[in-house]
Amino acid sequence: MAFFLEVLIGGLLAGVLYSLVALGFVLIFKASGVFNFAQGAMVLTAALALVRTLDIAQKEWHWPFGLALAAGFAFAAVVMAVIAWAAERMVLRKLVNQEGIILFMATIGMTFFIEGLAQTLFGADVYPLNIGLPKEPVFILESVFDGGILVNELDIWAAVIAGLLVAGLALFFQRTRIGRALRAVADDHAAAQSVGIPLNQIWFIVWLVAGLVALVAGAVWGSKLGVQFSLSLLALKALPVLILGGFTSVPGAIIGGLIIGAGEKLAEVFVGPSMGGGIEIWFAYVLALLFLLVRPQGLFGERIIERV
Amino acid sequence: MFYREAGQYKASYQADQAIFPIAQDRIVVVALLAVAFLVVPFVVSEYTYRAVLIPVVILSLAAIGLNVLMGYCGQVSLGSGAFMAVGAYAAFNLSVRLPFLNPFVCILLGGFVAAGVGIAFGVPSLRIKGFYLACATLAAQFFADWAFLRIKWFTNYTPSGSVNAPPLQAFGYDLSSPTANYLVSLVFAVVLGLAAKNIVRGHVGRQWMAIRDMDIAAEIIGVRPMYAKLTAFAVSSFLIGVAGGLWAFVYLGSWEPAAFSIDRSFQLMFMVIIGGLGSILGSVLGAAFIVLLPIFLNQALPPLGALFGWKISTATVSHFESMIFGALIVFFLIVEPHGLARLWSVAKEKLRLWPFPH
Amino acid sequence: MGLHKLALLGAAIASAGVIAATTAPGSAWAQNEQFIPGLVYRTGAYAPNGIPFADGARDYITLLNERDGGINGVKITFEECETGYATDRGVECYERLKGKGPTGAAYFSPLSTGITFALTEKAPGDKVPLITMGYGRSDSRDGAVFEWNFPLLGTYWTAANVAVQHIAKEMGGFDKLKGKKIALLYHDSPYGKEPIAALDIMSKKYGFEFLPIPVAAPGTEQKSQWLQIRQQKPDYVLLWGWGVMNSAAVTEAGNVNYPRDKMIGVWWSGAEPDVVPAGEKGAGYKALMLQHPAGKSAVYADLEKLVIAPGKSLAKPDEIGSVLYNRGLINSMLGTESIRTAMAKFGNKPMTGEQVRWGIEHLDLTAERIKQLGFEGMIGPIKVSCADHEGTRLSRVHQWDGKKWNIISDWYTADDAVIAPLVKDTAAKYATEKKITPRDCSKES
Repeated sequence: MAFFLEVLIGGLLAGVLYSLVALGFVLIFKASGVFNFAQGAMVLTAALALVRTLDIAQKEWHWPFGLALAAGFAFAAVVMAVIAWAAERMVLRKLVNQEGIILFMATIGMTFFIEGLAQTLFGADVYPLNIGLPKEPVFILESVFDGGILVNELDIWAAVIAGLLVAGLALFFQRTRIGRALRAVADDHAAAQSVGIPLNQIWFIVWLVAGLVALVAGAVWGSKLGVQFSLSLLALKALPVLILGGFTSVPGAIIGGLIIGAGEKLAEVFVGPSMGGGIEIWFAYVLALLFLLVRPQGLFGERIIERV
Repeated sequence: MFYREAGQYKASYQADQAIFPIAQDRIVVVALLAVAFLVVPFVVSEYTYRAVLIPVVILSLAAIGLNVLMGYCGQVSLGSGAFMAVGAYAAFNLSVRLPFLNPFVCILLGGFVAAGVGIAFGVPSLRIKGFYLACATLAAQFFADWAFLRIKWFTNYTPSGSVNAPPLQAFGYDLSSPTANYLVSLVFAVVLGLAAKNIVRGHVGRQWMAIRDMDIAAEIIGVRPMYAKLTAFAVSSFLIGVAGGLWAFVYLGSWEPAAFSIDRSFQLMFMVIIGGLGSILGSVLGAAFIVLLPIFLNQALPPLGALFGWKISTATVSHFESMIFGALIVFFLIVEPHGLARLWSVAKEKLRLWPFPH
Repeated sequence: MGLHKLALLGAAIASAGVIAATTAPGSAWAQNEQFIPGLVYRTGAYAPNGIPFADGARDYITLLNERDGGINGVKITFEECETGYATDRGVECYERLKGKGPTGAAYFSPLSTGITFALTEKAPGDKVPLITMGYGRSDSRDGAVFEWNFPLLGTYWTAANVAVQHIAKEMGGFDKLKGKKIALLYHDSPYGKEPIAALDIMSKKYGFEFLPIPVAAPGTEQKSQWLQIRQQKPDYVLLWGWGVMNSAAVTEAGNVNYPRDKMIGVWWSGAEPDVVPAGEKGAGYKALMLQHPAGKSAVYADLEKLVIAPGKSLAKPDEIGSVLYNRGLINSMLGTESIRTAMAKFGNKPMTGEQVRWGIEHLDLTAERIKQLGFEGMIGPIKVSCADHEGTRLSRVHQWDGKKWNIISDWYTADDAVIAPLVKDTAAKYATEKKITPRDCSKES
């Protein structure tokens, strides 16, 4: 029982980390209908910008940790803003009214571009990242179970950060002027534009917000694994989360992440050994696929009513 | 002046429905094939065969297969690498377990196995659409990666899980030279490519296109979505599976599932989109473009840098290659979202008037 | 739709096509040059491990050119080709580079098991040897079947055997292995699966329970694997990873409190990029050595003076003297010494692939010669023969203390009673599949 709970909690916490990446996809898809494959590359770029600035500020300029960290986040945010601006100005604006698949391909093109650029600027090595998050394993519920349940502090912090991020996004969407404009654009581009909402500006803001989400995801994942190219492959772990949660739902990304995380870990640990192991990567997709057969628009996705 | 169809009367339905109704097209196609079969083997080097021609020919076939599904039937798939893998491993197993079979027969049969698997993974398409379907096809991709690594029977219990193609022979001839490899791949690609061209013009192809353009309307005029979608998956997977068999047997010789990873799926999708959705010619152009561009950049950048006095390291070349590749794709999509095939048809329009545009 | 778009189409396709097709191996080569190709990966998911190796391999060749004017007066030309660890790019690179230079490529070292498998099929036809130092097919040590493959210094089966020997030693004897549990956490690819066959045999022989646990590439996410390890509580965990998988494994071991000093990595999991990202969690982690440690041997005196100080190296300062950089140096040293061996028989001129193959097969580096070359303490003596393309089966173990690698064991020699029958079986199977008639090694000179 204790072990089952441990796997379950570990899976849920891993799911939170997937959600962090999936959130960025959802934001952009919601507002501009673009399936942004470059989200993974943005996570990589943000993390690289952060870790390199942090390193240089600490080692070469001898800044105190707090100041260096702030500088790192500030610089990474600027880099994300530049990417958002370039994406809107050079790509999206030129591809207005194209089909979704064309926009999707364009973001894959951007992925290659951003990965190449980020590695040219910041290098292709592994950079350990320390932003002050604790990484020690701790035991909880020791009084209930013999030996307790092992969780990692970093994962808990990641969950807290993800919670704050979602709360912040919710506030931003519900309470601010820009947030309302964003939701209007997500509902209907043409109508939003006709009431005077500047579409291009809104897209820039959405990409910027997605970039900042990528920065948070990059910081958390980077603390976990070290900053390196593989971070850009995280996009693939976020896809089943998206299918399950729906492409347009922020809560869907979180709940989907939790279900996928818990499901795949439980499957791998309890079913995997009898099948030779390594099943979690496809299990996540099959889980999402089975779910789709019942509810084709995902958990919280908008139901598409087709009229002829 | 030279490219015009005026004066070419079609006196029978047969002539009207020919695969290339315009005489000049026929001449060009025959001439191209003649060059590919008769001239190329005498002029190109081994490097060109192995690094350029063979990959382009085989991947063209795979791109045609994906285009049947994506371009003609409108079902986005990110699992083509998996179907290539199924074709390759099925061909391998057939050759191991039925050693009397010719390797090329194994490749063809591997295509049929891939078609069966394609139908199975096509079933969700009856329920799911668009990006959801695209992501769902990734399930096929990851499942295939896992199955061919983990299920030992598929790899004939080799300790490392990497398998080898049988020696390539037919009718007592050794077909392992680059020229023979190229010609064999070309025969497969041309025969199956023309067959695909014919299928998409026929009633099945029209059903696919009806489903692509509007599934509900298609259903109302009597197209059965299940039949249309599953045949598209079957034909597409067959072509991709044969291409997978060729890739494994002819190009690699020895392979592991990583040869058919998700990167391969993305590469094929690039080919189809850059080449042009819904165009057989486009698939070939797309395959040529995607295979050649990195090779070209990789070789052209260092001399280009030297011209300006920079010494470019391999890493920088590779990063630049990635950037230029990405930028070019975005650029192409902006300039011509309908792909190279569309540019080609525009060129044909212009040719009809040239050199007297008024 | 303007004409400029057509021009663009034409320009793009035609130029790519023409140039790619015509940049086939050229002809204008200085006649007295030996060409050595480098298949490298400085980008992509495995770049952190690929870069130091590539720099080491390159710098040793630069050193030979700067100090000795090449090998016996034959200048070496060197060209890298980026594979990104992808098999098809590797094959393209191979095809592009194999015919360069007056005599073609001397040998290839792809540093990727996948590319090695693909090239194994092509090398015999092209007559180019493959030096796969510490990787590739373990059965390719049988030179009778695998004439062109040279897994010098050690195969994965050697590694598996040495790892078990070390575990037995720590436990106090092989009899103590009985009833113990050893897990193998491996990269889910042919590379990671190679040791399984050997470990299976040893688990029967020594009576320990063997538990293979795969990790899907690239290996960023290993939570469930480590939960399994926590549940199963194996006495030792062998780590067979590459790239990010290694550092992720060491980190996760810390996360579940698995003792790091009960983990033993293969030599591809025992370098700086594997442990540095884990921070202090990596301390105590052990790994096999492909004989050589981190640090600087005598050859560094010349290397620093002639290559690094004048800025002829691409390596960053912290790379120099690292495990994988040293491995690159050794790879080039073994390759060039093989060329030297071949020259002793065929004369001081550029060698063909066939002649280099003969050279590798007759490579005989004594302790004295290794000292002369400045590699004392890096590798033990190696003597290659037709029957044994591995040349030596020595290995040691080192341990990461959080800052540097320290050697903690003496030399082990792999037990051929375990490995040799396995090599014979699988090589014979390969020979039947491929319809190869093995050479008779007793008749080779």
